Amino acid sequence: MSRATSSLSRSIAAHAILIAYTVIALFPVVVIVINSFKSRNAIFRAPLQIPTQETFSLIGYKTVIEQGNFFIYFQNSLIVTVVSIALVLVFGAMAAFALSEYRFRGNTLMGLYLALGIMIPIRLGTVSILELMVASGLVDTLTALILVYTAQGLPLAVFILSEFMKQVSDDLKNAGRIDGLSEYRIFFRLVLPLVRPAMATVAVFTMIPIWNDLWFPLILAPSEATKTVTLGAQMFIGQYVTNWNAVLAALSLAILPVLVLYFFFSRQLIRGITAGAVK
Amino acid sequence: MTNTPAKSRPVRWHIAVFLMPAVLIYTAVMILPLFGTMQLSLFRVENNLSTFVGLDNFRTLFGDPNWSVNFWNALRNNVWFFIVHMVVQNPIGVVLAALLSHPKLRFSTFYRTAIFIPTILSFVIVGFAWKLILSPLWGIAPNMLDAVGLKSLFAPWLGQEQYALTTLSLISVWQFIGIPMMLIYAALLSIPDEIIEAAECDGITGVAQFWKIKLPLILPSIGIISILTFVGNFNAFDLIYTTQGALAGPNYSTDILGTFMFRTFFGFQLQVGDRNMGATVASVMFFIILAGVCLYLFGIQRRLRRYQF
Amino acid sequence: MMSKTMIAVLLASSVLGSAGAAYAEDVTLNIESWRNDDLPIWNEKLIPAFEKSHPGIKLKFNPSAPTEYDAALGAKLDANSAGDIITCRPFDKSLALFQKGQLASLNDLPGIDKFSPVAKSAWETDDGKTTFCVPVASVIHGFIYNKEAFDKLGLKVPQTEDEFFAVLDAIKKDGTYIPMAMGTKDLWEAATMGYQNIGPNYWKGEEGRKALIAGKEKLTDPEWVDPFKTLARWKDYLGDGFEAQSYPDSQNMFTLGRAAIYPAGSWEISGFNTQAQFKMGAFPPPVKKAGDTCYISDHTDLGIGMNAKSAHPKEAKAFLEWVASPEFAEIYANALPGFFSLNSTPVKMTDPLAQEFVSWRDKCKSTIRSTYQILSRGTPNLENETWVESANVINGTDTPEQAGEKLQKGLDSWYKPAK
Repeated sequence: MSRATSSLSRSIAAHAILIAYTVIALFPVVVIVINSFKSRNAIFRAPLQIPTQETFSLIGYKTVIEQGNFFIYFQNSLIVTVVSIALVLVFGAMAAFALSEYRFRGNTLMGLYLALGIMIPIRLGTVSILELMVASGLVDTLTALILVYTAQGLPLAVFILSEFMKQVSDDLKNAGRIDGLSEYRIFFRLVLPLVRPAMATVAVFTMIPIWNDLWFPLILAPSEATKTVTLGAQMFIGQYVTNWNAVLAALSLAILPVLVLYFFFSRQLIRGITAGAVK
Repeated sequence: MTNTPAKSRPVRWHIAVFLMPAVLIYTAVMILPLFGTMQLSLFRVENNLSTFVGLDNFRTLFGDPNWSVNFWNALRNNVWFFIVHMVVQNPIGVVLAALLSHPKLRFSTFYRTAIFIPTILSFVIVGFAWKLILSPLWGIAPNMLDAVGLKSLFAPWLGQEQYALTTLSLISVWQFIGIPMMLIYAALLSIPDEIIEAAECDGITGVAQFWKIKLPLILPSIGIISILTFVGNFNAFDLIYTTQGALAGPNYSTDILGTFMFRTFFGFQLQVGDRNMGATVASVMFFIILAGVCLYLFGIQRRLRRYQF
Repeated sequence: MMSKTMIAVLLASSVLGSAGAAYAEDVTLNIESWRNDDLPIWNEKLIPAFEKSHPGIKLKFNPSAPTEYDAALGAKLDANSAGDIITCRPFDKSLALFQKGQLASLNDLPGIDKFSPVAKSAWETDDGKTTFCVPVASVIHGFIYNKEAFDKLGLKVPQTEDEFFAVLDAIKKDGTYIPMAMGTKDLWEAATMGYQNIGPNYWKGEEGRKALIAGKEKLTDPEWVDPFKTLARWKDYLGDGFEAQSYPDSQNMFTLGRAAIYPAGSWEISGFNTQAQFKMGAFPPPVKKAGDTCYISDHTDLGIGMNAKSAHPKEAKAFLEWVASPEFAEIYANALPGFFSLNSTPVKMTDPLAQEFVSWRDKCKSTIRSTYQILSRGTPNLENETWVESANVINGTDTPEQAGEKLQKGLDSWYKPAK
């Protein structure tokens, strides 16, 4: 009996902590969202107030929609993000498998080489990257962005995934080899499903900087047809006058797709774990 | 690692196939361009001519007080930025993950998503939201402190040299706490039930179970998080740039290596970008991070025991 | 399956991309700019006016956010993917681009000779022989005030510094309004709207600025330290927590009617006109004693030049010729009250506040910001340091004397005035 009460009080404590932190996490977001529905003066006059009849205004959203191409921007962001994540996951997992599974000459060196990329911001290579894209005629294409983001995401993916792949039981893989499975099958059929939670984690990590990146869209693909949402929202930030209504509206809208993607991956993550065959 | 296929096969093509796509894209789009930039640190442009100057730029960076003062200031600030993350972000992340991973917890999906939302936001939004909240003018933070009778505690933190950096570090913690939480959460969930059940049979539950059973098992993940935090913090740039501007005021008190490097490399206002010195700063940053990562890979990671499930 | 979808998406995306890059038969000139704010003016007024008179040439205005403009433009120019027309920052930023061969010389451009030497000074080589951007606009500093607040408190527009502080005291004593809307968080407000705004009256405009470049005056001299001393006195009249008050905060504080005086640049006019619900007036920086000559900062701010590697140099020149014409000046100055035309043909402006600002040109002597020409070429950068020190002086972290010494020491470390 004493155990039951202690578990009850423990669960109340757990909920209390989590609720407290949730409030901290969400409060600024709520501030942004409610203010995106208010007139400019009201934002600064009473930022905490929820929109009233007097202050309610869709002017920000109207500006954003009227800007016309926002739907294309969303589509661009989505294509770039999803394709980049897919490439990072597949290529990253393959490389991570090679590094964690096989002992070969240069293994450690290769691991370090692939990890170099998490140590220098890729932004520094901008000029050379741009030259490369100009030379290959990829400027103002989404392909340019996808290539850059894939390269940028790979080091971290390899780093995290190889860490997780080392935890996959050798017995299982050896059993597969005894059954005559090729190395490729072992990787795709046996190992990949087991590291699904790690893949979901990597996907989430990869997604965020891509979605929110402003720099490479600005440099590599600034044209109307290839603009991303984040770059589109930046259009409302001026030299002296910033249209906060439009910026807030555009960025509030931009949260939604990432949130959906996040939901998708986090469900994957849970399913991957609970359906794990080894348990 | 202990198990390698038989040595009878001399060429194991599959290794090359597994590595090829990642290595190709990574080398072409990331390493070569970065290498191109790094080598700029050995050159200097005079009268439109680029001349090789060896390590002269590094000598300038460390020897010339016009550079070194800024550099050490940025490095010091960056170390503090990192310490705040290690002390605040990671422990809180672990605690949240531990609470969330409790199998009987209700609403855990809701909590997990809510706590992760800040991580999804772009820096523009984060910067705007916190500037608005902390602003002395529009009254969110002052009024809230007033409501609990602590108004006297309020100060224009973002504008004061002694507080600005810590405030920004905490904002960054707020934003990125989702990452350690998710990684630890994934690690905790992949601990097999049998181990937990065995522990429960032995009467080890609750907090004791966390310390004695789970924590040792997730140590490798905590190691990854620490090194990721380290790398992330020493590459950080955007948050400071969007909230404090490229000059990282007040009086350079929030200047970190990333902002210092960006200002030098691309220039700012009337300051013309200096690609060579910028690359020099970037190279130094790279060596600092490399040293940290090597320390982790060879010093710490090898001592962590890994468990295969 | 995964890979098939992937390839499909990849293909789709590259097709989409190349479709976007397809050209019409007309020549299209891309304009690089940091003026996001001006996008509607270009699209609705300037571009139609130009295209009407120049069939066969299309214009596309591609602004980026001002904070990213220089870095992005630099990278694009280095990699040869920048637009045909470049909006030029004044002085050394553009000079550096010209010296790298990225901006074309405009010496033979018809109409360029009609600009005054002062207007051209921001976009020419040090020897004054080559001009590389068409001067477009300048901005004037001063103070904008809330007329209703002044009427209510029975205040008169101050002419001298003593009157200025008397007015501030009166507003402070009354308590309804915050005397002055300015913050130090973004640093540049303190330097640009503070130091460079009131400074010319102390260092006597061009005279002092040129003496500084010639090495005849030092930043530790009273002409240069005194504006810091005055600035330090501002502290008591700013709002609570001004240390964390950002530029938009100050704008909103004034336009919401909470503050009485706003140390301004003329660029604020159009924004303030739409946001403020009260009548506004403006006055130039007050002079020391009644009857002193007044000096104003009338700063060349924006020019338009041509990418030296443009694929359509002929069309680009035709466009620049139009930029140099009175027609462009008239549209631009009236669409953007507060950005004053640098064209020698006088432009009629309709906005009263803009007229007030521009009328100071007749009674005061004009100068440009002291740090812009030549003096911000080295490390440490004088302009950046002036931002930091101006904020420090107002925050009270540095005394005016310390600020002067630090600035002069930084300047001495690399700048050797020509003998």
